[in-house]
Amino acid sequence: MSSVAQPVPRPLRRRRDATLSLGVTTGYLSLIVLIPLAALVLRSTEGGAQAFWDAVTEPQAVAALKITFLISLIVVLINAVAGTVIAWVLVRDSFRGKSIVNALIDLPFALPTIVAGLTLLALYGPKSPVGVNVAYTTSALVLALLFVTLPFVVRTVQPVLLELDRDMEEAAQSLGATPLQTFRRVVFPNLFPAILSGTALGFARSLGEFGSVVLISGNQPFKTEVASVYIFGQIESDNVTGAAAVSVVLLVASLAVLLAIGGVRRWATRHDS
Amino acid sequence: MTARYLLRFTALGYLAALLVVPVGLVVQRAFADGPGDFFKAITTPEAMHALWLTILIALIAVPANTVFGVLCALAIVRRRFRGHGLVNSIVDLPLALSPIVVGLALVLVYGRNGWWGSWLIDNGFQVIFALPGMVLATIFVSLPFVVREVVPVLREIGDEQEEASATLGASSWQTFWRVTLPAIRWGVAYGVVLTTARALGEFGAVSVVSGRIAGRTETMTLHVEERFQSFDLTGAYASSVLLALLAVATLLAMTLLRREDGT
Repeated sequence: MSSVAQPVPRPLRRRRDATLSLGVTTGYLSLIVLIPLAALVLRSTEGGAQAFWDAVTEPQAVAALKITFLISLIVVLINAVAGTVIAWVLVRDSFRGKSIVNALIDLPFALPTIVAGLTLLALYGPKSPVGVNVAYTTSALVLALLFVTLPFVVRTVQPVLLELDRDMEEAAQSLGATPLQTFRRVVFPNLFPAILSGTALGFARSLGEFGSVVLISGNQPFKTEVASVYIFGQIESDNVTGAAAVSVVLLVASLAVLLAIGGVRRWATRHDS
Repeated sequence: MTARYLLRFTALGYLAALLVVPVGLVVQRAFADGPGDFFKAITTPEAMHALWLTILIALIAVPANTVFGVLCALAIVRRRFRGHGLVNSIVDLPLALSPIVVGLALVLVYGRNGWWGSWLIDNGFQVIFALPGMVLATIFVSLPFVVREVVPVLREIGDEQEEASATLGASSWQTFWRVTLPAIRWGVAYGVVLTTARALGEFGAVSVVSGRIAGRTETMTLHVEERFQSFDLTGAYASSVLLALLAVATLLAMTLLRREDGT
C-alpha cells in the first residue's frame, strides 16, 4: 500500500458528512412536518382531555368520521378487486395500446384532485350527457375516491405479478386444476401481501381526501360530509380546537395504517425467504 | 379464452368510465364555445396570476425537496443512527395524511394565533395567507417522492463504488458528484417528476393556508374551484384542461424515464 497523504483522517471526515446529511434531514423534517404536527396535537388537547373528547364526539364530527371510514372501506374493497383485475390484464394480456393504458393508470396521481372532482361532476352530475346523476350522494363520494385511489393496488400488484414464476401455475394446471383454482390456490396467495399493502395505502388516502370530493359530494352534514370537509368547515367558522381534535383522529388513523403497511411488508419478506 | 376477453373488457371499461370519458368530456366542454372563449378564460388576469403563482411555488418547493430528498435517502440507506425507523415513517406520513390536516397544522404554528405567527407578523413576515405558507404546505405534501424513489436505487447500487472512490482519495463531495449522483440520476429524475406533479396540483393544504384571495394567493387549482363556485363553468373547465395537460406531460415524462431506466 502506498501511503497517500490525507489531510483529514477518513473516519473523521465521514463522521462530519454523516452529521451534515443527518442534520439537514432532521432539521427539515422537524421544521416542515414534526413541529406543525406537534402544534396540532397540543392545540387539540389545550382544553384538557374532556374538551378533546367533547370535540370528537360532537354529533356532526362523529357522523363525518363514520361516513369517512365506511366509504373508505367500501372504496378499498372495490379497489382490491378492480386493481387486481387491471394489474392482471396489464401483465398477462396483450393488446394494442396497452402501454398507453399502462401510462394512464397514473393519471389520477398526476391530475389535481379538484380537476378530478370537476371531471366526474361533468359526466355524473346534474348535466350528465349519459343521464347518470349521482351528485351530492354517497355514490358520488365512492366515485371520487375510486378515481383518486385507482393507482395504489394496480401499482403494488403489477410488479409482483411480473416477477411471479409461471411454472407453478403451469404445474397446477397440468395437475388438473381449473384456472379459477389455480388463481385461488397459487396466484392469489403470492399477490395477497401486495394487494393488502396497496389497499391500505388507498385506505389512508381515502380517509384524508378533500379536493376530489368537495365539489361532487355537496358536503351535507350527516349525509355526505367527510372528515376533511368537516375540518375545513370548522377552520372557516373559527372552531380551531374542534378542527384540531378531528384532525388528530385522522392523524392517528394515518399513522396506524402506515405502521400496518410496514408490518405487512415485513411479514411478506419473511415469507419470501 | 373468453375469460381473458372478459377480464380485458372489464378492466378497460372500468378505466374508461372512471378516467377517460370524464376527462375527455371536460376537454370537450372547455372548447364547446370555440377556442376563442377557451383562450379568453385562461388569459384573464386572475388566471394568468394563478398560473404564475403555481409555477413560482413549484420552482421553490421542488428544488428544496430534491436536495432534501437525496440527503435524506443517503441518511436512511448509508448511515446507521438511532431513530432510523422513525425518520423512515415520518417521510411517508405526508402520503397518508389529509392535506386539510397539513394546512391546519401549519396555521397553528405560523398563523396569527400560532406558536411563532404573531412574532413573525410583528417582524413584518407574513407566512399564512401569503406565499411562504403556500410554499411550506406544498413542500409538506410533496416531500416523500424523491426520498422514496432514491432509497431503493441507493440500496441496489450498494456502496462498493463509493468505498473504492474514497479509498482512491476522492473527497466525499467528489465521490457524491462523480459516483453516487450519476448512479442515482434516473431515480432522482423520476422523483422530481412526481414532486412537480404533486406541487402543481396541490389543493387542500394550499386552500387552508392561502386565504384564497383572487389575483393574490390563488393558485391554478384554487382558481378552478373559484370559477366553478362563481358559475363560470367555461373558466373552470379551461383552467382544468390546462392542469390536465400538465398531468399528461407528467405521465409522458414518467413513461420516458421508466424506459430510460430499463424497468
